[in-house]
Amino acid sequence: MTWQDGWWAYAFIAIAGWLATDIWRWLGVIAGNRLRDDSEALNWVRAVATALVAAVIAKLVLYPTGVLEQSPLWLRLGAVAIGASAFFLLGRKPAIGIATTIAALAAGLWWLGF
Amino acid sequence: MKSDENDQSSVVWFLTGMRGLFSLPAFILMLSFVGFCSLTAQAGIPPEQVVFMTGMVWALPAKVILVSSMMSGASLAAAFLAVSLSSVRLMPMVAALIPELRTSKTPTWLLLFLSHFVAITAWVFAMEKVQAVPRDRRVAFFAGFGITLVVANMVLVGVVYHFVADFPPIVAGCLFFLTPIYFLASIWHSARHPVVHIALLIGLVAGPLFYWLMPEFDILLAGVGGGTLAWALERFWRRRREIGA
Repeated sequence: MTWQDGWWAYAFIAIAGWLATDIWRWLGVIAGNRLRDDSEALNWVRAVATALVAAVIAKLVLYPTGVLEQSPLWLRLGAVAIGASAFFLLGRKPAIGIATTIAALAAGLWWLGF
Repeated sequence: MKSDENDQSSVVWFLTGMRGLFSLPAFILMLSFVGFCSLTAQAGIPPEQVVFMTGMVWALPAKVILVSSMMSGASLAAAFLAVSLSSVRLMPMVAALIPELRTSKTPTWLLLFLSHFVAITAWVFAMEKVQAVPRDRRVAFFAGFGITLVVANMVLVGVVYHFVADFPPIVAGCLFFLTPIYFLASIWHSARHPVVHIALLIGLVAGPLFYWLMPEFDILLAGVGGGTLAWALERFWRRRREIGA
C-alpha cells in the first residue's frame, strides 16, 4: 500500500501528522497548567521554547528548500543583515525589518538572474 | 444578568480574536501556505489531502516534514518519528502560553482543545497580544484567532492549490523567506522578558551548530541546550544586579 491510496493516505496523515504533533501540544497543556506565571520554571520553559523557534529560523535561512536552495548563502545572510540593520536603526518596527530583508533578497535574486 | 454580560463580552473578544486574521502575521502565514501549496502540488499530493493535513497537523514545519516523508515513501513509523521529533518544540511553546491564557477556572479540556491551534505564528501573535486582553477573556480571544486562522488557511489551500503551478522563482523564493524573517522580527519585537532576547540569539547559533554535530536531534538539542544556557546567563545577570543594587 502506498500513500496515494484513498483512506490509507488519510490514516497516514492522521497518525504520522496529527497524533505526532498534538501529543506534544497536550503534554504542553499538562506541563503549562502546573506553571505559575511568575515562576523561575516558566522562565526556563520560555527560554527553551524561544531557542527552539530560533533554531528553526536559522535552519530555514541556512538550509532552505525550493528555489532558495540554489541561492548563495551570502545573499541570504546579507539580506538578513540589511533587514536587521534597518530594524534596529528605524525604530524596531517588524514591518520595516521584514520589508527591507525581502526587498534585499528580491534585488539579489534578480541581479543573479533568477 | 451578570452571566449574560460575561457571555456577551466573551463573544466580543472572540470576534476581536477573529479580526486578527487581518494582521501582518496572519497575512505572512497565508503567503507561507501559498508556498506550501506549491510544494505539495509539485509533490503530487491531491488537494483534499493537503486541506486535511492543514487542519489536522497545522504546524507548517511538521507538515513539510510529513510531505517529504510521504514523498520518499517512508514507513508510517519512520514518518511518525520524524514528525514527532520536529514537533517536540510545541510542548514548551504551549507550556509557556498556557499560564498567560488560563484563569483558575479555565477547564483543562478546553485548553487541550485549543492547544491544537498553537503553531509558531499563533504562538508569537498570542504571546504578544494577550497582554492587552483582560485575563478572563484571553481564552475567548485566542480561540477566535486560532480557529479562524486554521479554517481560513484550509480554505486558502483548497482554492490556491489549483493556481500555484508556476510562480516566478523570485516570488517563490521571497515567499519562502518571509516566514523565518517574520518570526525573527516579531519575537524580538514582542519579547517582554530579557531571557527571550538572549535565547533567540543563542538559538540562532545553536541551531546550525547542532545540525552540524547531530542532525537527527538538532532542533531539540539547540532548544534545550541553548535555552538552558540563555536562562542560566539571564539568571546570573539578574542575581548580580540584585546584589549590586
